[in-house]
Amino acid sequence: MTQNITPRGVSRRGLLQGATALGTAALILPAGVRRAMAEPKRGGSIRIAVASGNTTDSYDPGTWDSVYTQIFNTARNNTLTEVAPDGSLAPEIAESWEASADATTWTFKIREGVTFHSGKTLTPDDVVASINYHRGEDSKSAAKPYVDPITDIKADGQNVVVTLSGGNADFPFIMADYHLVILPSADGKIDPMTTDGCGGYIVESWDQGVSGKLKRNPNYWKTDRAWFDEVELLSIVDPAARQNALITGEVDLIDNVDLNTVGLLQRAQGITILPVAGNQHYVFVMDTRAAPFSDNNVRQALKYGIDRQELVDKILQGYGSIGNDIPMGAQQPYYNTELEQKAYDPDKAKFYLKEAGMDSLSVQLSVADSAFAGAVDAGVLYSERAAAAGINIEVVREPSDGYWDNVWMKKPFCASYWGGRPTPDLMFSVAYQGGAPWNESFWDNARFNELLVAARSELDEDKRRQMYWEMQDLCANEGGTVIPMFANYVMAHTEKVGVPEVVGTNQGMDGLRMIERWWLA
Amino acid sequence: MSIVWSMIAKRLALGLLTLFVISVIIFGATELLPGDLAKNILGQSATPETVAAFRRELGLDLPAHTRYINWLLGALQGDFGTSLANKRPIADLIATRLGNTLFLALYAAAIAVPLSLALGVLAALYRNSIFDRAVNALALTSISFPEFFVAYILIFVLAQSGLFPSMARMDATTTFAEALYRTFLPALTLTLVVTAHMMRMTRAAIINLLASPYIEMARLKGMKPMRVILKHALPNALAPIITVVALNLAYLITGVVVVEVVFVYPGLGQLMVDSVSKRDFPVVQAVALIFAAAYVLLNLTADVLSTLSNPRLIHRK
Repeated sequence: MTQNITPRGVSRRGLLQGATALGTAALILPAGVRRAMAEPKRGGSIRIAVASGNTTDSYDPGTWDSVYTQIFNTARNNTLTEVAPDGSLAPEIAESWEASADATTWTFKIREGVTFHSGKTLTPDDVVASINYHRGEDSKSAAKPYVDPITDIKADGQNVVVTLSGGNADFPFIMADYHLVILPSADGKIDPMTTDGCGGYIVESWDQGVSGKLKRNPNYWKTDRAWFDEVELLSIVDPAARQNALITGEVDLIDNVDLNTVGLLQRAQGITILPVAGNQHYVFVMDTRAAPFSDNNVRQALKYGIDRQELVDKILQGYGSIGNDIPMGAQQPYYNTELEQKAYDPDKAKFYLKEAGMDSLSVQLSVADSAFAGAVDAGVLYSERAAAAGINIEVVREPSDGYWDNVWMKKPFCASYWGGRPTPDLMFSVAYQGGAPWNESFWDNARFNELLVAARSELDEDKRRQMYWEMQDLCANEGGTVIPMFANYVMAHTEKVGVPEVVGTNQGMDGLRMIERWWLA
Repeated sequence: MSIVWSMIAKRLALGLLTLFVISVIIFGATELLPGDLAKNILGQSATPETVAAFRRELGLDLPAHTRYINWLLGALQGDFGTSLANKRPIADLIATRLGNTLFLALYAAAIAVPLSLALGVLAALYRNSIFDRAVNALALTSISFPEFFVAYILIFVLAQSGLFPSMARMDATTTFAEALYRTFLPALTLTLVVTAHMMRMTRAAIINLLASPYIEMARLKGMKPMRVILKHALPNALAPIITVVALNLAYLITGVVVVEVVFVYPGLGQLMVDSVSKRDFPVVQAVALIFAAAYVLLNLTADVLSTLSNPRLIHRK
C-alpha cells in the first residue's frame, strides 16, 4: 500500500488571510516597498554581483559552499524536487513521488522529455548516478551526510526507487538540496567536472572568482521560467566595491548589502533595498561536554545574559529578528508558537548561576568575522551585557583564515552561523542529533534523539507537530546553542529588475533560484 | 662590454638558485599553515570521512617531500600542473591574470616614472622653494594614506560622478583604448602610491651631486641651472634612481592586491590570496615564482643599467 505524501503548502488566499498556525515560508512585504507587479517578460541581460566566489571554485557539485557557486549551478541544473517560493515542495525532474506506508521506500517518477544542454535525454540512470556520486566510501561531497541514510537507489523503468535505513516523511525535501543536481552519466558514473546541465541556463564561460556568463537554454522544459536571455554573474567580495558597482550602474543587482552603509544606499537614486526574512541565523555555540558548559544551568544563564534585541538593532541594523535558541525561522512549518520568548534578564541569569553553585562565571568566547558578519562586535556586546549578571566573557579574536578548521568545534565557546534548512528534521539531523557530523555543541539528549527519529517517520500531522514542539522546547532550554538573532538576506537592485510577489526564504537569492525566477521589468 | 655579459650570466644562474630556494620555502610555509585544501574547500561542511576521501583523490595523503619532488619534476619540464581545487591548468589560470597584472603595472609605471623623474628634477632645481615644498608635501601625503583609502577617495570623486567606471572589468573584447579608460582609476591610485618614493630619490641623488667640484665648474662657466642638472648631474645620479624605479616596478607587479580587490580587477594578487587561503599549493607556488622572478629580473636589469651608466665600471683599466 502506498500513499501520496503532499508536502504542506499554503494557498495564496490562506496566506493573505493571515499567518496560519503553521506559519509559512512566504514573504509578506512591508507596506511602502514599491514592487514591480508587472507580469514577467522574456529577454534582456542582467548583471548580478554577489559577495562570494573564489578563484578556487569548481564545477564539482560536492564542493559548492558559497552563494556564488550555488546560484550559478542552480541556474545550470535541476534537482529532483524544488522548494517553491512559499516553502512547499514542488516537482522538478521528479514529476511525482510516493512513499511506502513506513516512509522508508520512496518512488520518484522521472519526468520524460527533459534534455541536457548537450542534447542527451535525461534518464532515471542519470538520476541514480548523480545521487550515487555523493554516497559511499569514497565520497568527498559536502552533501554526504544528507544521502547517508540511503541504503539503495535504483532505476525501475521511468522511476527511481530509493530505500532508506529508516522512515523519513521529509525525504523529498532532501532531494531539493543544491548539491544534488542531476548530471549526465555514462556507465553509471557522472563526470563531476562537466559543464553540461539540464537547467534553464547554459554555461558560456566561467572564470572562477571573477565572472561567469550564462545564456538561456532554448529547450528548457519549464515554459514559465528563465526569463533573461543572458546572465553575467560577477564575484565582488569587497562590500564598498559591490555597492559602488550598483550605484554607478555597472551591475543591476547585488546581494549581501553592507548593513553599516545601507542608509547611504537607500538614498541613492533608483535603488531598491530588498530584505528577506529567512532561516539564516547567527549563533554562539557551547561545547556541552566541557565544563562549565556541561551544566545546563550555566547554559541557561548564558542564554538569559545576552541582549537579543540589541544585537538585532546594532549588528543587523534592524534587518533581522530576535531568535529563541531554536534553529528555525518563525515562518517555518512546525514552528513552536507557544514557547516562551527569552529576553535579556540578568536576574534570571544570576539565578541560574546560583543553581549551578556559582557566584560568578568566567568564560572565553572565540569569534572571527568569518563566522558571520559582525561576530566580533556581537561578542563584545554580549560580554558587556553578560557582565551585569556576573558573567565575565573574555572575547578572543581568532584569525578568520582557517576558522572552521581550527576554532569551530574545537574551542568550547565560539561563534557560528547556519543558513537554515527547509524542514525541522533536516536542521535537527545535521546539527542537533547526538553524533551528527556538524553537531557543533556535541549535545546528546536521549529524549530529543528519540523524538527526532520518531517524528521523521510519523505521518500523522498532529502527533508530528507535538513532537517537533517538544524538541524545540528541549533545544531551547537544554541545548548548547545560543541563537540570539535571525539575519535577513538583504539584496539591492535597480529599477530594471522585476521581482516576483513571493520571494523564497529557504535560502538567500530567492531560494538560490532568482536567475530562473526573476526578469527585467 | 664583456664584463656586463658575464655579470648577466652569473646573475641569471644565481637567480635560478634563488627561485629554487624560494620554491622550497613557499612549499614549507604552505605546509606549516593549519589545515589543507580538502578541509578548506569543504569548510564548515567537512566531515572526517569526506576530507579523507578528498585527500586520497588529490594525493594529499602522500608525505610532504614526495609531493614537493613530484611538483618540482613537473615544474622542471615546464609543467606546473593543475589547480588542486578546480582542475584548471595553472598555465591557463595564470596567463590572463599575469597579462592583467603586467598591463596595470606598466600603465601605472608609464604615468608614474616620467612624472616622478620630472618632479624630482624640478624639485632639485627649485630646492627649498614653495614649489619644492608643495610637491614634497603632496607626494608624502598620498604615500601616507593606505591604498584602499586613496582608491575609495578616487571612486568617490571620479567614479560616483560618472566620469570613470568604479570597476576595472575587462574581457577578451575590450579594446586597448577602452582598457586604458576602464583601468585609469586603479592606475592613478598606484601612481599616487609609488610617485613619492621615486621623486624624492631623484631629488636627493641630484642635490647630493650639486656640491661636487665639477658641477661648480659648470656653473662658473655660466651654464643655465637646468642644463647643469640634465647634462652633468643626472647622468651621474642615474644609478640610485634606476634602483628605486626597479623596486617600485616590482611592487607594482607583486603588491597590488588591495587595489585589485577595490576595483574588482582580476590580477595575480587576488589569485595568490585565494589560493593561499584554500592551500592550493601548486597555484601558490606558480604565482610566488612569478613574483620572485619579477624581483630577480628587475634587480638584474637595474644593476646592468647602473653599470652601463657608469663609464668607470665599463672601461676598467
